[in-house]
Amino acid sequence: MLLEVDNLEVKYGNIQALHGISFHVREGEIVTLIGANGAGKTTTLYSICRLAPPEAPRVIAGDIRCRGTSILTTRPDQVVSQLHMALVPEGRRIFGTLTVEENLQLATYAREKGADLARDFQRVFDLFPRLFERRKQRSELLSGGEQQMLAVGRALMTGCRVLLLDEPSMGLAPVLKYELFRTLKRLNEEGLTLLLVEQNASLALHLAHRGYVLDTGRIVASGTGSELLGNPEVRKAYLGG
Amino acid sequence: MVLRHYTVPILLAVAGGVLLYVAKEELVSLYVLSVLMFMGVNVILATSLNLVNGYMGEFSCGHAGFMCVGAYVASILGVLLFSGHKAFGAAWLPAELAVWGFPLLILAGGAAAALAGLLVAIPSYKTRGDYLAIITLAANYIIISLIENLDIIGGSRGFMGMKKIVNGMEEAVALPWMPLWVLAFTVFCVWLLRRYLSSTFGKGVTAISQDEVAAEIMSIDTNKIKTITFMLSSGLAGIAGGLFAFIVGYVNPGSFNILKSTEVLVMVYLGGMGSLSGSILAAILFTVLLEALRPLQIIKWVVIPLLLIIIMQFRPEGLMGNRELGDLFPRLKRFYRFK
Repeated sequence: MLLEVDNLEVKYGNIQALHGISFHVREGEIVTLIGANGAGKTTTLYSICRLAPPEAPRVIAGDIRCRGTSILTTRPDQVVSQLHMALVPEGRRIFGTLTVEENLQLATYAREKGADLARDFQRVFDLFPRLFERRKQRSELLSGGEQQMLAVGRALMTGCRVLLLDEPSMGLAPVLKYELFRTLKRLNEEGLTLLLVEQNASLALHLAHRGYVLDTGRIVASGTGSELLGNPEVRKAYLGG
Repeated sequence: MVLRHYTVPILLAVAGGVLLYVAKEELVSLYVLSVLMFMGVNVILATSLNLVNGYMGEFSCGHAGFMCVGAYVASILGVLLFSGHKAFGAAWLPAELAVWGFPLLILAGGAAAALAGLLVAIPSYKTRGDYLAIITLAANYIIISLIENLDIIGGSRGFMGMKKIVNGMEEAVALPWMPLWVLAFTVFCVWLLRRYLSSTFGKGVTAISQDEVAAEIMSIDTNKIKTITFMLSSGLAGIAGGLFAFIVGYVNPGSFNILKSTEVLVMVYLGGMGSLSGSILAAILFTVLLEALRPLQIIKWVVIPLLLIIIMQFRPEGLMGNRELGDLFPRLKRFYRFK
């Protein structure tokens, strides 16, 4: 099993954010976590990335395993460099004063020596030709859609095999949303595993192989994308009837 | 133009030559020469503090503490090895060797200060902003109090004997050693910082200042970068301290108190956060200003803060903001290259 979250309970200070959630992601899958604001979606991703408090929560029970070994003592930079899981964070969080190229370069920080960086740059620029056009620009000058492309491109440059995406469609115009999701599908077909956190449940479930519905720190439903799309309760709560 | 690769080395060589000539022929007074040397020391202090406060976005306000460590370690080691002291006994090595040993003394001071920098790096893993500022302030006080209470090195009365070493060097080889070494170390420090910041590792420093979480998810080991950056910054402050001690020939803990740290902060903010050329410019201006206002005596400390307030009102980003000379005057880039 690529990624396994087992009865995970986490706290921010005194506030419990996750009440024992369990789910798993297999190699090559697209798995989505959907749910309303405050359901614990970002918290789950931050826990997997092993970010330190205060931004991220404290694990008080349960386990997170990657390829069978617990990653609770792994440092955040090792999650990227050794486990090859990269996060595309909510709100993009690109480095505004650096150029597009420097942002991508920075992501190769911990790549092993001799990695084929030129090929990876080419791959990112093939996926997002806009980034190539703007590679010398300070990234804070990019539009929202381009910044999201940069955030995805930057994660790919880490050499990741698992992409964790936190609300990638937020703030994007519909046409850009569909374009982004087509790109994600293409990446998955090329062998990348995706764990996608989304508020836009319909879009996410159409893309994903499987999904989990998160509600106030608990998993309330799970199944394949089409099963969840057909589930009357999910329809009522997240898909507008 | 290939020549532009050599502009900076040539200019520096010319500066060194002029300095050598001027000092040797005694064309300028000792006073002017010492002001020039303090400029060099201040350039090192300002650029190295800018690394932490400007580029990394932390707030360290105890820079003089590290300077103090460097000054004392270099001085004590120098006196121990080359000139002898009433508490330590006779010199271990002949005084002529100081000509070769001097840079090592300064570097040893820098290394000691870098170790002291570790003290600040470790709490910086978990604290940021105001809390880290308080920790660095405390580190400054701890270092000063420690030395004030060490009677063997003179306590608060201070420590001397470095003039003898400098004189010994000049007797052995008749060159104005101090101005030359100050120039050499200043150039070395600025070059080192420039190299550090333009490396991929150094880009991690900028990443931390902008968004630490984003840096972590980009596989950047933030603790490692913070440790190394703090140690580099404090190590360079130690080098500045060592040079200062040998220029003045006398050190006492009082000259490295919080006022000195504040002076360095003023230079950094005056020049602009995240601009090495800004810090250099500000250090030079500030040194000149301090000397120019000397006739005002104590009123100086009313005028200088007032100037600072005025600058913050009309140019809050400092003289250069976060740009370098080459960004401000792109045409200049045709004529020089500094990396």
